[in-house]
Amino acid sequence: MEDISLHILDVAENGIKAGADLVKITVEENTQTDRLVVTIEDNGRGMDADFLARVLDPFVTTRTTRKVGLGLSLFQQSAQEAGGDLTIASTPGVGTTVTAFMSYRHIDRKPMGNMVETMLTLIEGNPDCDFVYTHISNDKRYVLDTREIRCELEEIPMNHPEVTGLIRDNLVSGLQGFSAE
Amino acid sequence: MAKISIDDLKKIKERERSKMVLRDGEFRVKITVHMGTCGIAAGARDVMSVFRDLIAAKGTHDVILTNSGCAGLCSKEPMATVELSDQPPVKYVLLDREKAARIFEEHVMGGKAVEDYALARGSETTASG
Repeated sequence: MEDISLHILDVAENGIKAGADLVKITVEENTQTDRLVVTIEDNGRGMDADFLARVLDPFVTTRTTRKVGLGLSLFQQSAQEAGGDLTIASTPGVGTTVTAFMSYRHIDRKPMGNMVETMLTLIEGNPDCDFVYTHISNDKRYVLDTREIRCELEEIPMNHPEVTGLIRDNLVSGLQGFSAE
Repeated sequence: MAKISIDDLKKIKERERSKMVLRDGEFRVKITVHMGTCGIAAGARDVMSVFRDLIAAKGTHDVILTNSGCAGLCSKEPMATVELSDQPPVKYVLLDREKAARIFEEHVMGGKAVEDYALARGSETTASG
C-alpha cells in the first residue's frame, strides 16, 4: 500500500464484509506528542479468540474465512516500520476494533494519502453502511457522520451522485489544512 | 459535522422523488469495482474515482457504482465488472484511469464492450478436423 488512506480503506472493507452496518474511522495526528493513531471500529460479527490470535499472521490466515487476508498484516508492517504497531480487539457478535499507531515524524511513516477518496469509495460502494469519520489534527477536528445525512435523505440512496458530490465538497473543505505534508 | 446543508439534501430528495415516478427504479448499468486488498494496492480506488467522476459529469441516473471483494485473480487487479441490464456481465482486468474512462465511454454509455481489456475473449476454439 502506498499510503495510510489505502490501508484504512482496506481494513474498513474487512469490517463491512464481516456484516457491519456502522464503521467508525478515527485519525488522530498530534505533532506535539509525535503520534499518529488510526482506529477503525466496526460492528460486524467479530472474531473469536482463537482466530484473533492468528489474524495478523499472513501465512496462517485462511482465505476461506473471508474476514481478513493480507491486509491487516500489511498495515501492521507499515506501522512497525514507523516506530509503532497495530493491535486488534474483537468480540464475537459485537465487532472489531483495529488500532494502528505510528511516530508522526518517523522517516519511514507513510504519507496520510487521500482520505477524501477513501471515504467516498467506502460510502459509494457500501451505501447501506454508515460511517463516522473523525479526523483530529492537533487542535483541529473534523467529523463526517453519514447517519445525519441518511436521516435527511430518507429513501434516496446515499450513493446518489449529487449526494456523494455534497459529501465530497464537505470532506474537501472540512479537511483543509489537515495533514501538513 | 461541518455543514452539509439540510436544504441541499432536501432539494435532492424532492427532485429524485419527482423522477422516480417516471422511471421504474431499475438501473441500466451496474459497475462493480473489486476492492479487496489486492485491488486497493493495485489502484482500484483510482478506477472507482474515474467512474464516479464520469457518472457525475454525464449526469446519468441509470448507472450504479458499487464495489466487491477479491475475485481470486489478484495478479489481474485492478478489475471491474460492467453489467448492462440486457447483456451478460463483462469482467475487465489490469485497469487504470485511462482504461476506465474508455470503458465508461464505449461500454457503459455506448453499450459495446471493450474487448481489449476484457478478461477473456474466445478463450476456446473448436479444432476443425
